[in-house]
Amino acid sequence: MTTLIIIAILPIVLLYLGLFKAHKLLLPVTIAGLLLALGSAIWQWNNGAVPIYHDMMLFDNFSVAFSATAIVSTLLILMLSKGYFERISNNVAEYLAIILFSLAGIIVMVSYYNLSMLFIGIEIMSVSLYILAGIDKKNFASNEASLKYFLMGAFSTGFLLFGITLIYGATGSFNLEAIRDWAIAHPRGINPLFHTGIILMIIGLCFKVGAAPFHFWTPDVYEGSPTLITAYMSTVVKMAGFAAFLRLFSVSFGPLADFWMPTLLVITIVTLFVGNLTALYQHSFKRMLAFSSISHAGYLMFAIVALSAGSGNAIFMYATAYCIASVIAFGVLILVQQQLGGDHFECFNGLSKRNPFLAAVLTIAMLSLAGIPLTAGFMGKFLMFTGALARFQVWLVVIAVINAIISIYYYFKVIIAMYFRTAEHDELTVPGYYQFVLGVSALATLIIGIFPALISNRI
Amino acid sequence: MTVSILIFLPLLAALALLFIKGEAVKNIALLFSLVELALGIYFLTQYKADASLQFDVDIPWIAKMGIYFKVALDGINIIPVILTVLLVPLIILTTFKHQYEKPSAFYALILFMQFGLMLVFTALDGFLFYIGWEVALIPIYFICGMWGGENRVKVTLKFFIYTFAGSLFMLMSIIYLYLQTPDRTFDIFEFYALKLNPLQQSWIFAGFLIAFAIKMPIFPLHTWQPDTYTEAPAAGTMLLSGIMLKMGIYGAIRWMIPIAPVGFFEWQNNPLWLAIAGIVYASIIAFRQKDGKRLIAYSSIAHVGLIAAGLLAWNIQGLQGAMIQMFNHGLEVVGMFLIFDIIERQLKTRDVTQLGGLAKVAPQMSIAFLIIVLGSVALPLTNSFIGEFLLLNGVYRYNMWMGIVAGLTIILGAVYMLRLYKNVMQGETNSLTATFTDITISEKVVLGVVCLFIIVVGVYPQPVMHLTEAAVTNLMNSVNVKIADALLHR
Repeated sequence: MTTLIIIAILPIVLLYLGLFKAHKLLLPVTIAGLLLALGSAIWQWNNGAVPIYHDMMLFDNFSVAFSATAIVSTLLILMLSKGYFERISNNVAEYLAIILFSLAGIIVMVSYYNLSMLFIGIEIMSVSLYILAGIDKKNFASNEASLKYFLMGAFSTGFLLFGITLIYGATGSFNLEAIRDWAIAHPRGINPLFHTGIILMIIGLCFKVGAAPFHFWTPDVYEGSPTLITAYMSTVVKMAGFAAFLRLFSVSFGPLADFWMPTLLVITIVTLFVGNLTALYQHSFKRMLAFSSISHAGYLMFAIVALSAGSGNAIFMYATAYCIASVIAFGVLILVQQQLGGDHFECFNGLSKRNPFLAAVLTIAMLSLAGIPLTAGFMGKFLMFTGALARFQVWLVVIAVINAIISIYYYFKVIIAMYFRTAEHDELTVPGYYQFVLGVSALATLIIGIFPALISNRI
Repeated sequence: MTVSILIFLPLLAALALLFIKGEAVKNIALLFSLVELALGIYFLTQYKADASLQFDVDIPWIAKMGIYFKVALDGINIIPVILTVLLVPLIILTTFKHQYEKPSAFYALILFMQFGLMLVFTALDGFLFYIGWEVALIPIYFICGMWGGENRVKVTLKFFIYTFAGSLFMLMSIIYLYLQTPDRTFDIFEFYALKLNPLQQSWIFAGFLIAFAIKMPIFPLHTWQPDTYTEAPAAGTMLLSGIMLKMGIYGAIRWMIPIAPVGFFEWQNNPLWLAIAGIVYASIIAFRQKDGKRLIAYSSIAHVGLIAAGLLAWNIQGLQGAMIQMFNHGLEVVGMFLIFDIIERQLKTRDVTQLGGLAKVAPQMSIAFLIIVLGSVALPLTNSFIGEFLLLNGVYRYNMWMGIVAGLTIILGAVYMLRLYKNVMQGETNSLTATFTDITISEKVVLGVVCLFIIVVGVYPQPVMHLTEAAVTNLMNSVNVKIADALLHR
């Protein structure tokens, strides 16, 4: 709870700093505040938490792990923001504050124990994101992204809310445990309202995590938003969506797995193919990342489809690996965009000569996203495949394997451009803080890939 | 001393090379690989030729998931291990005449690949084996892609996707086995001890077979191979053909057949026929090749097809033949590719029809080439004679018709190899080949070592056979017991 309070107060402090034009202080205060929040989150580890505030919130290990990763990823992204928002306008304090507000929503999303808190968390996060997508207000694409995201997001929130009310109508409670107990107590004759409610909630949540066929907003919003915001949306936000998804289904809807499993199975398979096959045809690196994030949503769904005690662990490992690798990918993309003015694959040509460091870290990120051993991404895929095979979803794993093979093609496009092609460009300069963030992230990818036990301790 | 020093020395060397600039990097890479060779020889002298595990390490890696760093030397992997430590310094020596861009990256990748190869050959844990399998693939992809020929981008991506696809199916088999073990472990001996029904075993066999058949390669999964061999830089081709394809052969012997013996027994015929079809198919194509490197690539498919057929026949003769022929083929193919690398570097062409009369201007190379050619056509008193004789014997014992068809490889191989020798070396020199100069000292060393092994192993193969005999017999018996048991309970 301390974590949440710190993260909620921090943006208000920032707004005041902005009011008094203390621009130099903004980033240091943000980083210090987030480190404080991170420390207080880790303090909660293995504290034997019980639901608090009339079973509204539960800060157990699951919540601590996801909060910590969300905070770390936000930290990494914000460290890249030095000088980034200034290019857009002077209202840096507001931008940082809105990001932190959405982070507060995310902490609620990974710690809820009551459907009303789930809804509140999702709304705090989403409303902030609608604004963030459009902060580059002179840019047409950014406006489009914001509007699209808002319209579609508001629509899908409607589905989510409708689902919650139907479940409330059937069970008479918002509490996750009470819903589960009701479902166990009525093994026959489950109210049709309940089934409808589950389906509507699946739709709402699938929209938030960008799973097909509710993914149509993803590419445009990701492409149109400022790249740093895209990085935030495709990592922290996506992970939080899955944490919320998993908590709901593992706690409340577990007993009804036979009902929702086929639905989610279809969604998973469609998501994998849609994301991968469309990513194949992209010429823009940013758009490729957007589509590949859809396919990663498909892999993350594995843990929910093959629900078991290890699901939390699997999602955590996969999401962490994906977040770190994406931070690297977007970080490099920002540099390339700023200095070469484009995000096409050709812009990466010969990067290994122009800046070996950037090429090396981006290669590690791409290998991790593709799931090559000795990177964190492989451990994530490995846990997902093991979980699915343990639940005898052999064909699902075969489909996933086919998709992993397809994904090699587009991830390696970048590696090929960087190492095997040449181009006449000047050298790229990498600011020190970029070097720090990218280097630490690449190192973390390798270390987690070699010693996964460091972070996966059965959540 | 444990075998882990053989695994991690190349890794440390690779990391160290990244920090060295300039021309010295060649010599340092060679030095590291020679130290590795010396260590390998030390292990060989201490090695006892029985069926036991030696110099083994077994420490927890990711203990919670039953993953152990379990490696050892024994009669099954001693040959590929020795082959690797012997070939890497030779391959590094062959690059001395080349001026590669970014030499430190080039040599670091070679040594990093050696790390992966050693891991594959010594791992006794399914997870570790898979890691090594992929770790060996990444550096060779970069070697081929960064220093290869014109078409390299397309060709190497095809190669990567092909092998990666195969290995993912193998990973599925490994994870499935892991989930079947009572206490959730990746230990190979736990995999051996599993009692799976024939259907399960068939699927596991299929998963492994895809990976290994792509790697070897067995017809019809060979289509990546000629292109990749042609486009890769000479050192890359040698690594691929000399060492990397042995991963497939070794994997079949250590993992595929003993883990799924009944599955193997039920489907044995199919991969065997494919391997044999590949022998004839590749030989006929080799016959028509004008590009020397491509010709050797196809001849390599034919030779490896025979090794695969011998081991799939699964009797002592075939398996021992596969073991010794792994070693022989590795040496010969490196020698062959080196000859064509020398020719290409000097004359800027590999087109056999443009060559001729090299024996006059380069007598020493001509002699070395002759010895290697005779070795690869399995002339008696050369090393391949022993290997191919045993392999054909093994195939013949399994099925007479298969033996006869597979035997064609000797005839066809002699035809295209001797014709190659005639076209390149004999006849009159033309305006192009008259400028050719004979081999230099580093090339003499490599070719000398290759020729020495061809003759010595050919005349006196007993020591090499002895290394593997006990372990091979032991493995064969344990698998046959399981197959017999399954047949009894049918």
